[in-house]
Amino acid sequence: MIEVTSDWYLTLSAILFSIGFLGMMVRKNALIMFMCIELMLNAVNLTFITASKHLGSVDGQIAVFFVLVVAAAEVVVGLAIIVSIFKKQESASVDMLSSSKG
Amino acid sequence: MIELLLFAIPASLLILGALIVVFAKNPVHNAMGLVLTLTSLAILYITLNATFVAMVQMLVYAGAVMTLFLFVIMMIGVDKPEQTKEQIKGQKLLISGTLILLVSVVVFIGLQNGLNWNLLFPQSEISLEGTPAILASALFTSWVFPFEIISILLIVATTAAIALAYEFKQSSDND
Repeated sequence: MIEVTSDWYLTLSAILFSIGFLGMMVRKNALIMFMCIELMLNAVNLTFITASKHLGSVDGQIAVFFVLVVAAAEVVVGLAIIVSIFKKQESASVDMLSSSKG
Repeated sequence: MIELLLFAIPASLLILGALIVVFAKNPVHNAMGLVLTLTSLAILYITLNATFVAMVQMLVYAGAVMTLFLFVIMMIGVDKPEQTKEQIKGQKLLISGTLILLVSVVVFIGLQNGLNWNLLFPQSEISLEGTPAILASALFTSWVFPFEIISILLIVATTAAIALAYEFKQSSDND
């Protein structure tokens, strides 16, 4: 009989974070990069929930709420920026974004 | 056995969904992969006794955030092929190296502790149920100040999104 311990969830979370990081680095489409950021944020959320259960404390779940709200705010502003960039240069590729160069 | 299945099935779907997000070519497929990932995560949250967070995950992420993503995908078009030409020389190699380094550091630290989290933090005896009542009693007492700040953040984000998306008429256009 194999028991599912917290380690399994933490390992899963590490795998999910790595996949998100890989996508963030490899893809060029700003939208897909945003989705990969979501993957990484969700990996962190899974860690929080696992810790919350493991330590018997509700604080981890509260932290997940805050991460959720920050992620939602980030998506709203990020997508608005992507849309306004797309209006200007007809592409969502990050390679062409040199206009914000200092 | 049931416990193992309840972990293994959502976990494999989670990784499958994450891989679709990274490797699919059509942005709509990427978004669907993200939905799969978020839904499996909600199931995992339920197995971790965080039932209310699982519900919020479905409503906010799989509902609102994904609608926003699909809306923008439809708006800016899905038929444009993505440029795969490397802008920085040896970019893919550099990324693979960094990722391998990152994962091996994590695995090394894990192995040092015998891959057993219980040794670092012994499992608590309290079996916590993530019901709305328990969460609210923590959120509105010891976490009430961060809660108020986060509401300001939401209002600022909403205002910023409107300001970015709204086209302000130039006064010269009217002349």
